[in-house]
Amino acid sequence: MKVKVIARNPDDYVRETKLDIQRVPRNYDPSLHPFEVSREYTRALNATKLERVFAKPFVASLDGHRDGVNCMAKHAKSLSTLLSGSCDGEVKVWNLSKHECVRTFQAHEGFVRGMVVRYCGASFFTVGDDKTIKQWKMESPGYGEEEEPINTILGKTVYTGLDHHQNDPVFATCGQQVDIWDEQRSSPIRSFTWGVDSFSSVHFNPVETELLASCASDRSIVLYDMRESTPLKKVIMTMRSNTLSWNPMEAYYFTCANEDYNLYTYDMRYLAKPIMVHMDHVSAVLDVDYAPTGKEFVSASFDKTIRIFAKDGGHSREVYHTKRMQHVICIKWSADNKYILSGSDEMNIRLWKANAAEKLGVLAPREREAANYSQKLKEKFQHHPQIRRIARHRHLPKTIYHQTKELRIMKEARRRKERNVRKHSKPGSVPVVSEKEKHVVTVVK
Amino acid sequence: MAKVSKKKASKKKTRSGGAEQSNEGHPDVVYDDEKEEDATDEDITVEDEDEHDERKRQKLLEAIGTLSGKRKKTLGERSEAAVHMSEFTVNAEGEGDKVDLSDLIGSIAKTPGLSGKSKKRLKNLEQSRKTIECPLSKQESERIRRDLAFQKVSKEVSHWKSVIRQNERAEQLVFPLNQEPSGPKPIERVVMGWKAQTPLEQEVFTLLSANKQPINDPILTPTEEASMKAMSLEEAKVRRAELQKVRALQSYYEAKARRQKKIKSKKYHKVLNKAKSKDFQKQFDEMVKRDPAAALEELNKMEMARMQERMSLKHQNSSKWARSKAIMAKYDEGARKAIQQQLEVNKDLTQKLVTSLNKEEEETMEEDGNADVVPDFVNDAEQGLDFSNPWMTGKLSQDCVEKETSNAVTIRAEENVAEEEEVEETEEEVLLREFDSRRKRRQAQEADVAVILMEEEEEEENKDASDKEEEELSEFTSLFKGIAEGCGEADTAAELEKELKIRCLEDEELLTQDKEAEEEEEATDKGPVVPQHPPATENGQKTGKSRKRRKGIELKQVLTKGAQVLQVPFAPTIEDAEDSEGKLDQRGLIKEAFAGDDIISDFLKEKRKQEDAGKPKVVDLTLPGWGEWGGGGLQPSCRKRKKFRRKMTPLPPRKDQHLPGVIISEKRSSSIRLHQVNALPFPFESPSVFENTIRSALGRTWNTERTVKKVTKPKVVTKLGAIIEPMTREELVKDKNRASAGSSSSVKS
Repeated sequence: MKVKVIARNPDDYVRETKLDIQRVPRNYDPSLHPFEVSREYTRALNATKLERVFAKPFVASLDGHRDGVNCMAKHAKSLSTLLSGSCDGEVKVWNLSKHECVRTFQAHEGFVRGMVVRYCGASFFTVGDDKTIKQWKMESPGYGEEEEPINTILGKTVYTGLDHHQNDPVFATCGQQVDIWDEQRSSPIRSFTWGVDSFSSVHFNPVETELLASCASDRSIVLYDMRESTPLKKVIMTMRSNTLSWNPMEAYYFTCANEDYNLYTYDMRYLAKPIMVHMDHVSAVLDVDYAPTGKEFVSASFDKTIRIFAKDGGHSREVYHTKRMQHVICIKWSADNKYILSGSDEMNIRLWKANAAEKLGVLAPREREAANYSQKLKEKFQHHPQIRRIARHRHLPKTIYHQTKELRIMKEARRRKERNVRKHSKPGSVPVVSEKEKHVVTVVK
Repeated sequence: MAKVSKKKASKKKTRSGGAEQSNEGHPDVVYDDEKEEDATDEDITVEDEDEHDERKRQKLLEAIGTLSGKRKKTLGERSEAAVHMSEFTVNAEGEGDKVDLSDLIGSIAKTPGLSGKSKKRLKNLEQSRKTIECPLSKQESERIRRDLAFQKVSKEVSHWKSVIRQNERAEQLVFPLNQEPSGPKPIERVVMGWKAQTPLEQEVFTLLSANKQPINDPILTPTEEASMKAMSLEEAKVRRAELQKVRALQSYYEAKARRQKKIKSKKYHKVLNKAKSKDFQKQFDEMVKRDPAAALEELNKMEMARMQERMSLKHQNSSKWARSKAIMAKYDEGARKAIQQQLEVNKDLTQKLVTSLNKEEEETMEEDGNADVVPDFVNDAEQGLDFSNPWMTGKLSQDCVEKETSNAVTIRAEENVAEEEEVEETEEEVLLREFDSRRKRRQAQEADVAVILMEEEEEEENKDASDKEEEELSEFTSLFKGIAEGCGEADTAAELEKELKIRCLEDEELLTQDKEAEEEEEATDKGPVVPQHPPATENGQKTGKSRKRRKGIELKQVLTKGAQVLQVPFAPTIEDAEDSEGKLDQRGLIKEAFAGDDIISDFLKEKRKQEDAGKPKVVDLTLPGWGEWGGGGLQPSCRKRKKFRRKMTPLPPRKDQHLPGVIISEKRSSSIRLHQVNALPFPFESPSVFENTIRSALGRTWNTERTVKKVTKPKVVTKLGAIIEPMTREELVKDKNRASAGSSSSVKS
């Protein structure tokens, strides 16, 4: 009698310990897997749905200010420290991991207009409506000591913005002109004016550290070089830019937040045309901050929402809002690329996740692999209509939803009108102006 | 307000535009002007004017003074100032007048030291009447300065282009950018960072320093450190690659040696041994020339081995085994061979090396070796093998064959000159034909009597022609015939076996066709084949093929008809009773379970239905009563019907036309459409590219672990809790280094 026995080596299927993963023998011959694409599609669909299920971006709210939060600053060396200044001149230092305020003091009379932490993280500067620049120690004063600035500079005019050099003891303020200060001196080492009366913000380039850019009230963005005695160039747009942010990984790109509901990314070498127009907000954009990876940026708007844009994406990938959050005035992306901080009119600072569905904390290797795989699946099938629909779906407050719709209709109407005008006029007399070109009035040398 | 601002802006634009043109066109011109300005600064007061007698007189006096003696110059100047200064108002004499160039140059004409060239140039300068342009306005000059600064900055910033592009293309970016390599730090660094803090430690250190012991305990000696530094990472990599290569080569050689060792062919080994011995001989000769001492040693070693062999007589036929073999050798070929081999070993071992020193001795020794105790018949057989029968050696020496064929040809030529065509044929052809005819005959016997008759008639003619040659080549051909027939027999045996197997298989699979039907089929299969008279082998193959085809289980037959033929008794099987019963049970169960299902025919019906549905139909568009009488019982006229009957254009052939087991639906399905991409997404340029990206699966169900890891690598990786600093200039330097390294390597390659 013939006895047929399948002989296998136990090493191939027996686990060494019960903690090991069961080995699953597989035959990868593609002819044996005729439905691989459809199976992966199903997985992608499920991954997309799960992402939406787990998308809970709101982490915490930090309350304690007695007026709207007007400005914030990230600590240069510590991830868990945040500074905020409010409209009543109060400055608070927060511990983010504990969600609590560690220090409060009255820094200025009137608004705290701007604040920035020195690159070493040992002190920080604030400017306020009382025409002063003050330098403060990062450590809170000991028991019985009074809160006093290390250094106070009395200026002639109101300062509206402030930024510190990346690695030199030099900072810049803006107000009626842009001033460059040495930390050791009480008068600016350099002042830039170019026929405008007020600037709203000034920012150092974090990569090419000698360059600056500022937004002026004459709807212009002006570029400076700290080493030169004159400004470099300015571009005038149709509406005023509120603030701007340099890309921390790409030296010549910056994005400005405009009053016309859009954000514009410029290449500083070619100012005649922004390289990208980022739309989606339905009211003026008040603040913008780049992610430290330079791949994305976040914007805060007067329409009570926060939006996250890819640096080369025309529309936002994410929108954050809560019922209670009012006009968002300032926004920061945390230095570890994980969180977003927003300060708003109704006196609260909110902590958000940068990726809404991301699991916080340390991931097990298998967990991480699974997350990577589902991420890739979502990317692979992102163009499929069902998946796109689910991935793009966001609930919006009613007002914003309707405003978006209204804006869309208006835009469509304008386009239709332009098309009709073009149709009924001499060919070539009404040129087609692209969306990018439309918003730049002129470039002044 | 907006309007006004716009106007302003436009104005500015135009102005700036104009400035642009003027400035951008000739940025150098500006500099030129400035230079000119500088150059002509000294001459700016030069204008036409009358001379004064007073001054002339002074000059004259000066000239006289210079003629007469020294140090008059200063005096002259002072005198001049004194002359022109009035007491009340400081009023120089020359005020309001302009100095002419000629005033300044006039004296030059007389000085001999000046070259003619410069004189000429001065003269030209005197004659030119151009006024220089006034300096640029502040705004203009600032604009120029701004422009220049901007150009400088943008040029500087553009250095980042390559870094940015590289980061954009990178498959994975890890932030923070310049992380310290993870893992343990070198011990030295840890040690260096450590300082004595407690009093005890400090005391120990003071003691150590007093005794001049190393305080910062150098873990590595300076030489070691140097060696560590000497081998950089790249060098180490290169070295590792080399080592890997060497190891791989070694393993190849080992594998080769093992393979060669395994080869059983004696001939191969004989050749190998011969080559080896030849090699050894050569080496030895060389050694004799180069290193006589070593050669002598080698020689001694061999001599020793020989002596041992001669003493022990291990390989001679004195052993028990050898004796028994010797007895058997008379009757058994194998035994004879074995003995011969052993003797050969003996011979090899006892052979003396051929050197010039002891050739004579060696010869005598050989004689001794030959005269051994082996029975005569063994040696006889060997000699017989060697010489008398060339076929027994195993190689068909070409010379022998040729010799024989030439003999045959000459003989034939003598015997019958008439068969000239045959003479022309080469011997090989004749032989081939021979074989062919034999094979044919055999085939015919097997296949059909009638055919045999016909073939034999043909064959007879051939035979007549070849008979004589056959006789002549009896010896040669008989040998091959034997082999060929052996083959034939084997063929037939194989066929028989195959048939048997098929039978068994058929029985096993319970193919329910009647044997008769099958045989009929066979007959029909054979029918067309036989009369064509193809070569036997081909025929055999064909039948074999047809059988093979039948051997495979035909789904259709099994499944469709299985249900109906349940009660057919099972054909005899070669399997064991238990086994078959078990199978029977299972099979029966399955049959019962699927008794009603006629899957295949259902499928076929379905497919036919689909095909019919897809066929173009004739559409009758006639409207009864339109243009003619209508009403009950009235048919539209034939003409009208013909006119309004429309035949639809035939559709393109179905895709599953040639796939019997498949239905490909070409209809658009709304449920699937919901999930399909309906437009080519943005970055893709052709549908095929997009489809390709979709087609490749990513999961670990379809890919190996490594592939999955590689494919699902995230684009951006950040470290938990680490601050990501902005990019620094070091990256630029790194990139430059990389680029330069790349270019240099490309140049090298």
